[in-house]
Amino acid sequence: MYVAVKGGEAAIANAHSLLADRRRGDRSVPALRLDQIVEQLALGVDRVMSEGSLYDRELAALAIVQARGDMIEAIFLVRAYRTTLPRFGYSKPIDTGAMLVERRVSATYKDLPGGQLLGPTFDYTHRLLDPELAAGADVAEPLQRETEAQAMPRVSAILAREGLIEPDGEMPQDHVPGDITREPLEFPMARDIRLQALSRGDEGFLLALGYSTQRGYARNHPFVGEIRIGEVELELDVPELPFAAPLGTVRVTECQMVNQFKGSAKAPPQFTRGYGLVFGQSERKAMAMALCDRALRASELGEDIVAAAQDEEFVISHSDNVQATGFVEHLKLPHYVDFQAELDLVRRMRAEYEARENPTRVEEKREAAE
Amino acid sequence: MRGQEARDQAERKAAMATLAQSSGDDIVRLWNEAGLPSQAELLRGPETGLVTLRGRIGGGGAPFNVGEATVTRATVRLPSGQVGHCYALGRDKQKAKLAAIADALWQDPARRAEIETRLIVPLRSALATAQEKRRAETAATKVDFFTMVRGED
Repeated sequence: MYVAVKGGEAAIANAHSLLADRRRGDRSVPALRLDQIVEQLALGVDRVMSEGSLYDRELAALAIVQARGDMIEAIFLVRAYRTTLPRFGYSKPIDTGAMLVERRVSATYKDLPGGQLLGPTFDYTHRLLDPELAAGADVAEPLQRETEAQAMPRVSAILAREGLIEPDGEMPQDHVPGDITREPLEFPMARDIRLQALSRGDEGFLLALGYSTQRGYARNHPFVGEIRIGEVELELDVPELPFAAPLGTVRVTECQMVNQFKGSAKAPPQFTRGYGLVFGQSERKAMAMALCDRALRASELGEDIVAAAQDEEFVISHSDNVQATGFVEHLKLPHYVDFQAELDLVRRMRAEYEARENPTRVEEKREAAE
Repeated sequence: MRGQEARDQAERKAAMATLAQSSGDDIVRLWNEAGLPSQAELLRGPETGLVTLRGRIGGGGAPFNVGEATVTRATVRLPSGQVGHCYALGRDKQKAKLAAIADALWQDPARRAEIETRLIVPLRSALATAQEKRRAETAATKVDFFTMVRGED
Protein backbone atom coordinates (compact mmCIF):
# COMPACT_ATOMS: atom_id res chain seq x y z
CA MET A 1 0.00 0.00 0.00
CA TYR A 2 1.29 3.49 -0.87
CA VAL A 3 0.29 6.30 1.47
CA ALA A 4 0.96 9.83 0.26
CA VAL A 5 1.93 12.20 3.02
CA LYS A 6 1.44 15.92 2.80
CA GLY A 7 2.30 18.64 5.22
CA GLY A 8 4.72 21.36 6.06
CA GLU A 9 3.28 24.00 3.74
CA ALA A 10 2.70 26.48 6.53
CA ALA A 11 6.07 25.64 8.07
CA ILE A 12 7.82 26.24 4.74
CA ALA A 13 6.06 29.56 4.15
CA ASN A 14 6.91 30.74 7.66
CA ALA A 15 10.52 29.57 7.32
CA HIS A 16 10.86 31.65 4.15
CA SER A 17 9.49 34.77 5.79
CA LEU A 18 11.83 34.16 8.73
CA LEU A 19 14.67 33.88 6.20
CA ALA A 20 13.65 37.24 4.70
CA ASP A 21 13.67 38.79 8.16
CA ARG A 22 17.07 37.38 9.15
CA ARG A 23 18.50 38.35 5.77
CA ARG A 24 17.48 41.97 6.40
CA GLY A 25 18.77 41.79 9.99
CA ASP A 26 18.56 44.73 12.39
CA ARG A 27 16.28 47.32 10.76
CA SER A 28 18.18 50.18 12.38
CA VAL A 29 21.16 49.26 10.15
CA PRO A 30 20.78 50.67 6.60
CA ALA A 31 19.94 48.08 3.92
CA LEU A 32 22.75 47.26 1.49
CA ARG A 33 22.42 48.69 -1.99
CA LEU A 34 23.59 46.68 -5.00
CA ASP A 35 25.97 49.42 -6.11
CA GLN A 36 27.69 49.23 -2.71
CA ILE A 37 28.28 45.53 -3.22
CA VAL A 38 29.46 45.98 -6.82
CA GLU A 39 31.90 48.72 -5.78
CA GLN A 40 33.09 47.52 -2.38
CA LEU A 41 32.84 43.72 -2.51
CA ALA A 42 34.02 43.59 -6.11
CA LEU A 43 36.07 40.40 -5.84
CA GLY A 44 33.15 38.53 -4.27
CA VAL A 45 31.01 39.74 -7.18
CA ASP A 46 33.69 38.51 -9.58
CA ARG A 47 33.72 35.08 -7.98
CA VAL A 48 29.95 34.75 -8.32
CA MET A 49 30.17 35.85 -11.97
CA SER A 50 32.94 33.39 -12.74
CA GLU A 51 31.50 30.31 -11.02
CA GLY A 52 27.93 31.31 -11.85
CA SER A 53 29.27 31.51 -15.42
CA LEU A 54 27.37 34.73 -16.08
CA TYR A 55 29.03 38.10 -16.58
CA ASP A 56 26.65 40.62 -15.00
CA ARG A 57 27.79 42.55 -11.93
CA GLU A 58 24.39 43.75 -10.72
CA LEU A 59 22.89 40.26 -10.93
CA ALA A 60 25.84 38.79 -9.04
CA ALA A 61 25.47 41.51 -6.37
CA LEU A 62 21.75 40.77 -6.06
CA ALA A 63 22.54 37.06 -5.73
CA ILE A 64 25.05 37.79 -2.94
CA VAL A 65 22.49 39.80 -0.94
CA GLN A 66 19.72 37.30 -1.54
CA ALA A 67 22.02 34.47 -0.41
CA ARG A 68 23.06 36.42 2.74
CA GLY A 69 26.65 36.27 1.53
CA ASP A 70 26.65 32.49 1.00
CA MET A 71 28.74 32.38 -2.17
CA ILE A 72 27.73 28.92 -3.38
CA GLU A 73 24.05 29.74 -2.86
CA ALA A 74 24.63 33.00 -4.81
CA ILE A 75 26.33 31.06 -7.62
CA PHE A 76 23.38 28.67 -7.66
CA LEU A 77 20.94 31.61 -8.02
CA VAL A 78 22.92 33.02 -10.94
CA ARG A 79 23.09 29.63 -12.68
CA ALA A 80 19.34 29.24 -12.31
CA TYR A 81 18.71 32.74 -13.69
CA ARG A 82 20.77 32.20 -16.83
CA THR A 83 18.60 29.27 -17.86
CA THR A 84 15.68 31.73 -18.25
CA LEU A 85 17.36 33.78 -20.99
CA PRO A 86 17.49 33.10 -24.74
CA ARG A 87 20.90 32.68 -26.35
CA PHE A 88 22.02 35.21 -28.97
CA GLY A 89 25.22 33.42 -29.98
CA TYR A 90 28.92 32.83 -29.37
CA SER A 91 31.25 35.83 -29.22
CA LYS A 92 34.36 36.14 -31.32
CA PRO A 93 37.34 34.91 -29.25
CA ILE A 94 38.64 37.71 -27.06
CA ASP A 95 42.16 39.01 -27.65
CA THR A 96 43.93 39.16 -24.30
CA GLY A 97 46.99 40.63 -26.03
CA ALA A 98 44.97 43.80 -26.70
CA MET A 99 43.79 44.08 -23.09
CA LEU A 100 43.62 47.42 -21.27
CA VAL A 101 45.90 46.04 -18.56
CA GLU A 102 45.25 46.86 -14.90
CA ARG A 103 47.75 44.37 -13.52
CA ARG A 104 50.43 42.34 -15.22
CA VAL A 105 53.22 40.39 -13.57
CA SER A 106 55.64 37.75 -14.73
CA ALA A 107 57.70 35.49 -12.47
CA THR A 108 59.89 34.34 -15.37
CA TYR A 109 61.17 37.63 -16.82
CA LYS A 110 62.15 40.70 -14.85
CA ASP A 111 62.35 43.05 -17.80
CA LEU A 112 59.70 42.47 -20.37
CA PRO A 113 57.97 44.80 -22.85
CA GLY A 114 55.35 46.76 -20.94
CA GLY A 115 56.99 45.98 -17.60
CA GLN A 116 55.71 44.57 -14.33
CA LEU A 117 52.54 46.38 -13.29
CA LEU A 118 51.40 45.49 -9.79
CA GLY A 119 47.96 47.06 -10.02
CA PRO A 120 45.46 46.79 -7.15
CA THR A 121 47.01 43.73 -5.46
CA PHE A 122 46.98 42.23 -1.96
CA ASP A 123 50.56 41.05 -2.56
CA TYR A 124 53.12 42.71 -0.28
CA THR A 125 50.43 43.89 2.16
CA HIS A 126 51.14 42.88 5.75
CA ARG A 127 47.77 41.21 6.29
CA LEU A 128 47.15 43.30 9.37
CA LEU A 129 43.54 44.23 10.04
CA ASP A 130 43.04 47.94 9.49
CA PRO A 131 41.05 49.73 12.22
CA GLU A 132 40.90 52.88 10.08
CA LEU A 133 38.82 51.00 7.54
CA ALA A 134 36.39 50.06 10.33
CA ALA A 135 36.13 53.73 11.25
CA GLY A 136 35.29 54.62 7.62
CA ALA A 137 38.30 56.88 7.04
CA ASP A 138 38.56 58.75 3.73
CA VAL A 139 40.74 57.14 1.08
CA ALA A 140 43.20 59.19 -0.97
CA GLU A 141 43.04 59.20 -4.77
CA PRO A 142 45.66 56.85 -6.27
CA LEU A 143 48.79 58.33 -7.84
CA GLN A 144 49.07 58.61 -11.59
CA ARG A 145 52.13 58.39 -13.78
CA GLU A 146 52.27 59.78 -17.28
CA THR A 147 53.54 57.21 -19.76
CA GLU A 148 53.28 56.42 -23.40
CA ALA A 149 50.82 53.62 -24.05
CA GLN A 150 53.07 50.57 -24.50
CA ALA A 151 52.30 47.33 -26.29
CA MET A 152 52.19 44.42 -23.86
CA PRO A 153 52.71 41.17 -25.77
CA ARG A 154 51.86 37.98 -23.90
CA VAL A 155 54.92 36.41 -22.27
CA SER A 156 54.22 33.16 -24.12
CA ALA A 157 54.93 35.02 -27.38
CA ILE A 158 58.34 36.12 -26.04
CA LEU A 159 59.26 32.57 -24.96
CA ALA A 160 58.08 31.16 -28.27
CA ARG A 161 60.89 32.97 -30.10
CA GLU A 162 63.44 30.56 -28.63
CA GLY A 163 61.45 27.52 -29.68
CA LEU A 164 61.74 25.98 -26.22
CA ILE A 165 58.08 26.26 -25.39
CA GLU A 166 55.09 24.58 -26.92
CA PRO A 167 52.76 26.81 -28.97
CA ASP A 168 49.29 27.99 -27.85
CA GLY A 169 46.97 25.00 -27.75
CA GLU A 170 45.64 24.15 -31.20
CA MET A 171 42.74 21.87 -32.08
CA PRO A 172 42.11 20.14 -35.43
CA GLN A 173 41.07 22.56 -38.21
CA ASP A 174 37.40 21.49 -38.32
CA HIS A 175 36.98 21.29 -34.54
CA VAL A 176 33.90 23.13 -33.22
CA PRO A 177 34.39 24.28 -29.61
CA GLY A 178 32.38 22.03 -27.30
CA ASP A 179 29.82 23.53 -24.94
CA ILE A 180 29.02 21.84 -21.62
CA THR A 181 25.86 23.94 -21.28
CA ARG A 182 24.47 22.22 -24.39
CA GLU A 183 25.85 18.69 -24.32
CA PRO A 184 26.39 16.31 -21.40
CA LEU A 185 29.97 15.64 -20.27
CA GLU A 186 31.71 12.73 -21.96
CA PHE A 187 35.09 11.30 -21.07
CA PRO A 188 37.75 11.51 -22.30
CA MET A 189 37.10 15.13 -23.30
CA ALA A 190 38.94 17.61 -25.50
CA ARG A 191 40.99 20.36 -23.83
CA ASP A 192 38.59 23.13 -24.91
CA ILE A 193 35.69 21.49 -23.05
CA ARG A 194 37.87 20.87 -20.01
CA LEU A 195 38.82 24.55 -19.93
CA GLN A 196 35.15 25.58 -20.02
CA ALA A 197 34.43 23.32 -17.05
CA LEU A 198 37.51 24.58 -15.15
CA SER A 199 36.64 28.24 -15.77
CA ARG A 200 33.30 27.81 -13.95
CA GLY A 201 34.73 25.27 -11.46
CA ASP A 202 34.85 25.81 -7.71
CA GLU A 203 37.80 27.95 -6.68
CA GLY A 204 38.44 26.01 -3.47
CA PHE A 205 38.39 22.63 -5.20
CA LEU A 206 40.72 23.73 -8.00
CA LEU A 207 42.98 25.51 -5.52
CA ALA A 208 43.35 22.34 -3.45
CA LEU A 209 44.08 20.24 -6.54
CA GLY A 210 46.58 22.79 -7.85
CA TYR A 211 48.24 22.79 -4.44
CA SER A 212 48.39 18.99 -4.46
CA THR A 213 50.40 19.10 -7.71
CA GLN A 214 52.90 21.46 -6.06
CA ARG A 215 53.23 19.13 -3.06
CA GLY A 216 54.25 16.25 -5.28
CA TYR A 217 51.03 14.58 -6.43
CA ALA A 218 51.73 14.91 -10.17
CA ARG A 219 54.47 17.46 -9.74
CA ASN A 220 54.84 19.64 -12.81
CA HIS A 221 57.37 22.37 -11.92
CA PRO A 222 55.29 25.46 -12.61
CA PHE A 223 56.32 29.08 -13.09
CA VAL A 224 53.92 31.95 -13.55
CA GLY A 225 54.87 33.03 -17.04
CA GLU A 226 52.34 35.80 -16.75
CA ILE A 227 49.22 36.95 -15.00
CA ARG A 228 47.28 39.78 -16.55
CA ILE A 229 44.05 41.40 -15.46
CA GLY A 230 42.13 43.99 -17.41
CA GLU A 231 39.38 44.78 -19.85
CA VAL A 232 38.98 43.27 -23.29
CA GLU A 233 36.51 44.14 -26.01
CA LEU A 234 33.80 41.68 -26.89
CA GLU A 235 32.31 41.24 -30.37
CA LEU A 236 29.51 39.13 -31.80
CA ASP A 237 28.91 38.17 -35.43
CA VAL A 238 25.26 38.84 -36.28
CA PRO A 239 23.50 38.43 -39.64
CA GLU A 240 21.97 41.93 -39.64
CA LEU A 241 25.31 43.75 -39.62
CA PRO A 242 28.11 43.65 -42.20
CA PHE A 243 30.67 43.66 -39.35
CA ALA A 244 30.91 42.09 -35.89
CA ALA A 245 28.66 43.89 -33.40
CA PRO A 246 30.74 45.53 -30.64
CA LEU A 247 29.20 44.59 -27.27
CA GLY A 248 31.37 46.55 -24.84
CA THR A 249 34.18 45.43 -22.56
CA VAL A 250 34.56 42.73 -19.90
CA ARG A 251 37.22 42.33 -17.23
CA VAL A 252 39.04 39.00 -17.21
CA THR A 253 42.06 37.43 -15.53
CA GLU A 254 44.47 35.35 -17.58
CA CYS A 255 47.21 33.10 -16.22
CA GLN A 256 49.93 31.55 -18.35
CA MET A 257 51.63 28.84 -16.34
CA VAL A 258 54.93 27.58 -17.76
CA ASN A 259 56.05 24.11 -16.74
CA GLN A 260 59.40 22.43 -17.12
CA PHE A 261 58.99 19.11 -18.90
CA LYS A 262 61.77 16.58 -19.25
CA GLY A 263 60.24 14.92 -22.25
CA SER A 264 58.44 11.64 -22.87
CA ALA A 265 57.90 9.14 -25.67
CA LYS A 266 55.33 11.60 -27.06
CA ALA A 267 57.09 14.96 -26.73
CA PRO A 268 60.68 16.33 -26.51
CA PRO A 269 62.04 18.20 -23.46
CA GLN A 270 60.59 21.72 -23.46
CA PHE A 271 58.43 24.07 -21.47
CA THR A 272 54.81 23.00 -21.54
CA ARG A 273 51.91 25.20 -20.53
CA GLY A 274 48.77 25.39 -18.48
CA TYR A 275 46.17 28.07 -19.16
CA GLY A 276 43.69 29.90 -16.98
CA LEU A 277 41.05 32.43 -18.06
CA VAL A 278 38.41 33.61 -15.62
CA PHE A 279 35.79 36.38 -15.42
CA GLY A 280 36.68 39.42 -13.33
CA GLN A 281 39.70 39.91 -11.10
CA SER A 282 40.15 36.32 -9.94
CA GLU A 283 43.87 35.70 -9.80
CA ARG A 284 43.96 32.73 -7.41
CA LYS A 285 41.30 30.97 -9.45
CA ALA A 286 43.08 31.62 -12.76
CA MET A 287 46.32 30.21 -11.31
CA ALA A 288 44.59 27.13 -9.90
CA MET A 289 42.85 26.62 -13.24
CA ALA A 290 46.17 26.78 -15.09
CA LEU A 291 47.78 24.25 -12.73
CA CYS A 292 44.84 21.87 -13.17
CA ASP A 293 44.78 22.38 -16.97
CA ARG A 294 48.43 21.35 -17.13
CA ALA A 295 48.00 18.35 -14.81
CA LEU A 296 45.03 17.16 -16.88
CA ARG A 297 47.14 17.13 -20.04
CA ALA A 298 49.06 14.11 -18.68
CA SER A 299 47.88 11.58 -21.24
CA GLU A 300 48.31 14.05 -24.14
CA LEU A 301 51.96 14.51 -23.08
CA GLY A 302 52.61 10.84 -22.33
CA GLU A 303 52.92 11.21 -18.56
CA ASP A 304 51.88 8.52 -16.07
CA ILE A 305 48.56 9.23 -14.39
CA VAL A 306 49.35 8.78 -10.72
CA ALA A 307 47.42 11.52 -8.88
CA ALA A 308 43.92 12.92 -8.46
CA ALA A 309 44.71 16.20 -10.25
CA GLN A 310 45.57 14.26 -13.44
CA ASP A 311 42.35 12.22 -13.42
CA GLU A 312 40.08 14.04 -15.85
CA GLU A 313 36.89 12.26 -14.88
CA PHE A 314 37.56 12.80 -11.17
CA VAL A 315 38.45 16.49 -11.52
CA ILE A 316 35.82 17.60 -14.01
CA SER A 317 32.98 15.55 -12.49
CA HIS A 318 33.55 17.15 -9.09
CA SER A 319 34.61 20.69 -9.98
CA ASP A 320 31.12 22.17 -10.29
CA ASN A 321 30.00 23.43 -6.89
CA VAL A 322 26.35 23.76 -7.92
CA GLN A 323 26.19 20.08 -8.83
CA ALA A 324 28.18 19.16 -5.73
CA THR A 325 26.02 21.18 -3.36
CA GLY A 326 22.86 19.82 -4.95
CA PHE A 327 23.83 16.22 -4.35
CA VAL A 328 25.30 16.73 -0.90
CA GLU A 329 22.46 18.95 0.30
CA HIS A 330 19.70 16.72 -1.00
CA LEU A 331 20.61 14.36 1.84
CA LYS A 332 18.80 16.61 4.30
CA LEU A 333 15.49 16.36 2.47
CA PRO A 334 12.94 13.81 3.74
CA HIS A 335 14.06 10.23 3.15
CA TYR A 336 11.50 8.72 5.53
CA VAL A 337 10.40 5.87 3.28
CA ASP A 338 13.93 4.98 2.17
CA PHE A 339 15.02 4.99 5.77
CA GLN A 340 12.09 2.82 6.90
CA ALA A 341 13.05 0.26 4.25
CA GLU A 342 16.68 0.36 5.38
CA LEU A 343 15.65 0.08 9.02
CA ASP A 344 13.61 -3.01 8.25
CA LEU A 345 16.52 -4.52 6.31
CA VAL A 346 19.05 -3.85 9.09
CA ARG A 347 16.66 -5.36 11.71
CA ARG A 348 16.36 -8.54 9.68
CA MET A 349 20.10 -8.77 9.06
CA ARG A 350 20.78 -8.21 12.75
CA ALA A 351 18.30 -10.97 13.71
CA GLU A 352 19.95 -13.37 11.27
CA TYR A 353 23.38 -12.44 12.57
CA GLU A 354 22.36 -13.07 16.16
CA ALA A 355 20.71 -16.35 15.27
CA ARG A 356 23.96 -17.45 13.64
CA GLU A 357 26.35 -16.24 16.36
CA ASN A 358 24.30 -17.09 19.42
CA PRO A 359 21.69 -19.73 18.64
CA THR A 360 21.01 -20.63 22.31
CA ARG A 361 20.31 -17.04 23.44
CA VAL A 362 17.90 -16.55 20.60
CA GLU A 363 16.25 -19.79 21.61
CA GLU A 364 15.99 -18.62 25.24
CA LYS A 365 14.58 -15.27 24.16
CA ARG A 366 11.93 -16.96 22.10
CA GLU A 367 10.96 -19.21 24.97
CA ALA A 368 10.81 -16.28 27.35
CA ALA A 369 8.60 -14.43 24.92
CA GLU A 370 6.26 -17.39 24.68
CA MET B 1 33.74 53.44 -53.81
CA ARG B 2 34.68 50.24 -51.97
CA GLY B 3 37.16 52.27 -49.95
CA GLN B 4 34.44 54.74 -48.98
CA GLU B 5 32.10 51.90 -48.02
CA ALA B 6 34.77 50.28 -45.84
CA ARG B 7 35.46 53.61 -44.14
CA ASP B 8 31.75 54.14 -43.50
CA GLN B 9 31.44 50.69 -41.99
CA ALA B 10 34.47 51.24 -39.77
CA GLU B 11 33.04 54.57 -38.56
CA ARG B 12 29.61 53.07 -37.94
CA LYS B 13 31.16 50.22 -35.99
CA ALA B 14 33.25 52.66 -33.95
CA ALA B 15 30.10 54.66 -33.12
CA MET B 16 28.28 51.48 -32.07
CA ALA B 17 31.26 50.46 -29.91
CA THR B 18 31.21 53.84 -28.19
CA LEU B 19 27.48 53.52 -27.50
CA ALA B 20 27.88 49.95 -26.21
CA GLN B 21 30.66 50.96 -23.81
CA SER B 22 28.93 54.08 -22.48
CA SER B 23 26.52 54.08 -19.56
CA GLY B 24 22.81 54.43 -20.19
CA ASP B 25 22.74 57.54 -17.96
CA ASP B 26 25.35 59.34 -20.09
CA ILE B 27 23.51 58.48 -23.29
CA VAL B 28 20.16 59.72 -21.94
CA ARG B 29 21.71 62.96 -20.66
CA LEU B 30 23.40 63.81 -23.97
CA TRP B 31 20.32 62.69 -25.88
CA ASN B 32 18.13 65.16 -23.98
CA GLU B 33 20.68 67.97 -24.16
CA ALA B 34 20.91 67.56 -27.94
CA GLY B 35 17.14 67.21 -28.28
CA LEU B 36 17.49 64.11 -30.44
CA PRO B 37 14.28 62.44 -31.63
CA SER B 38 13.29 59.24 -29.85
CA GLN B 39 10.37 58.30 -32.09
CA ALA B 40 11.05 55.05 -33.86
CA GLU B 41 9.24 51.83 -34.64
CA LEU B 42 10.59 48.93 -32.58
CA LEU B 43 11.19 46.04 -34.96
CA ARG B 44 12.75 43.83 -32.29
CA GLY B 45 13.22 44.09 -28.57
CA PRO B 46 14.63 45.66 -26.59
CA GLU B 47 15.28 42.17 -25.25
CA THR B 48 17.90 40.61 -23.00
CA GLY B 49 19.66 37.35 -23.75
CA LEU B 50 22.99 35.61 -23.42
CA VAL B 51 26.16 35.66 -25.44
CA THR B 52 28.69 32.93 -24.72
CA LEU B 53 32.09 34.50 -24.35
CA ARG B 54 34.97 32.74 -26.08
CA GLY B 55 38.65 32.78 -25.27
CA ARG B 56 41.59 31.05 -26.92
CA ILE B 57 43.66 28.22 -25.42
CA GLY B 58 46.99 29.68 -24.32
CA GLY B 59 45.77 33.15 -25.36
CA GLY B 60 46.15 32.64 -29.11
CA GLY B 61 45.22 29.00 -29.81
CA ALA B 62 41.93 27.25 -30.54
CA PRO B 63 38.73 28.91 -29.26
CA PHE B 64 36.92 27.62 -26.17
CA ASN B 65 33.79 28.74 -24.32
CA VAL B 66 34.49 30.61 -21.10
CA GLY B 67 31.02 31.55 -19.84
CA GLU B 68 28.02 33.68 -20.66
CA ALA B 69 27.28 37.38 -20.43
CA THR B 70 23.97 39.25 -20.44
CA VAL B 71 23.45 41.26 -23.61
CA THR B 72 20.50 43.48 -24.56
CA ARG B 73 19.61 44.15 -28.17
CA ALA B 74 17.17 46.31 -30.07
CA THR B 75 16.30 47.01 -33.69
CA VAL B 76 14.36 50.11 -34.72
CA ARG B 77 13.09 51.78 -37.91
CA LEU B 78 12.90 55.55 -38.23
CA PRO B 79 9.97 57.31 -39.91
CA SER B 80 12.51 58.15 -42.66
CA GLY B 81 13.16 54.42 -43.22
CA GLN B 82 16.62 53.81 -41.76
CA VAL B 83 16.96 50.65 -39.67
CA GLY B 84 19.32 50.75 -36.68
CA HIS B 85 20.64 48.05 -34.39
CA CYS B 86 22.19 47.82 -30.95
CA TYR B 87 23.81 44.98 -29.06
CA ALA B 88 25.27 45.92 -25.67
CA LEU B 89 26.45 44.08 -22.57
CA GLY B 90 24.12 44.31 -19.61
CA ARG B 91 20.35 44.60 -19.22
CA ASP B 92 19.70 48.30 -19.90
CA LYS B 93 16.74 48.29 -22.31
CA GLN B 94 16.41 52.07 -22.52
CA LYS B 95 20.09 52.30 -23.52
CA ALA B 96 19.69 49.58 -26.17
CA LYS B 97 16.70 51.35 -27.71
CA LEU B 98 18.38 54.77 -27.80
CA ALA B 99 21.60 53.26 -29.17
CA ALA B 100 19.63 51.54 -31.94
CA ILE B 101 17.94 54.85 -32.81
CA ALA B 102 21.34 56.54 -32.79
CA ASP B 103 22.64 53.88 -35.19
CA ALA B 104 19.66 54.49 -37.51
CA LEU B 105 20.10 58.27 -37.36
CA TRP B 106 23.83 57.84 -38.02
CA GLN B 107 22.99 56.10 -41.32
CA ASP B 108 20.94 59.11 -42.46
CA PRO B 109 23.50 61.34 -44.23
CA ALA B 110 21.52 64.40 -43.12
CA ARG B 111 21.78 63.45 -39.41
CA ARG B 112 25.19 61.78 -39.22
CA ALA B 113 27.18 64.90 -38.32
CA GLU B 114 24.72 65.81 -35.58
CA ILE B 115 24.89 62.31 -34.04
CA GLU B 116 28.67 62.34 -34.21
CA THR B 117 29.19 65.79 -32.69
CA ARG B 118 26.38 65.86 -30.13
CA LEU B 119 26.48 62.22 -28.99
CA ILE B 120 29.39 60.06 -30.13
CA VAL B 121 32.24 62.57 -29.73
CA PRO B 122 31.39 63.54 -26.13
CA LEU B 123 30.82 59.89 -25.15
CA ARG B 124 34.07 58.83 -26.77
CA SER B 125 36.01 61.59 -25.07
CA ALA B 126 34.57 60.64 -21.64
CA LEU B 127 35.55 57.00 -22.26
CA ALA B 128 39.04 58.02 -23.38
CA THR B 129 39.52 60.19 -20.27
CA ALA B 130 38.45 57.34 -17.99
CA GLN B 131 40.70 54.91 -19.85
CA GLU B 132 43.68 57.28 -19.69
CA LYS B 133 43.15 57.74 -15.94
CA ARG B 134 43.09 53.96 -15.43
CA ARG B 135 46.23 53.56 -17.52
CA ALA B 136 48.06 56.27 -15.57
CA GLU B 137 46.99 54.79 -12.21
CA THR B 138 48.23 51.37 -13.31
CA ALA B 139 51.48 52.91 -14.63
CA ALA B 140 52.15 54.33 -11.15
CA THR B 141 52.37 50.72 -9.89
CA LYS B 142 55.04 49.76 -12.42
CA VAL B 143 58.14 48.26 -10.83
CA ASP B 144 61.36 50.12 -11.56
CA PHE B 145 64.15 47.67 -10.87
CA PHE B 146 67.51 49.03 -9.81
CA THR B 147 70.79 47.33 -9.00
CA MET B 148 72.21 47.51 -5.50
CA VAL B 149 75.94 48.16 -5.49
CA ARG B 150 77.43 45.73 -3.01
CA GLY B 151 80.76 45.95 -1.25
CA GLU B 152 83.09 48.96 -1.34
CA ASP B 153 84.73 50.85 -4.20
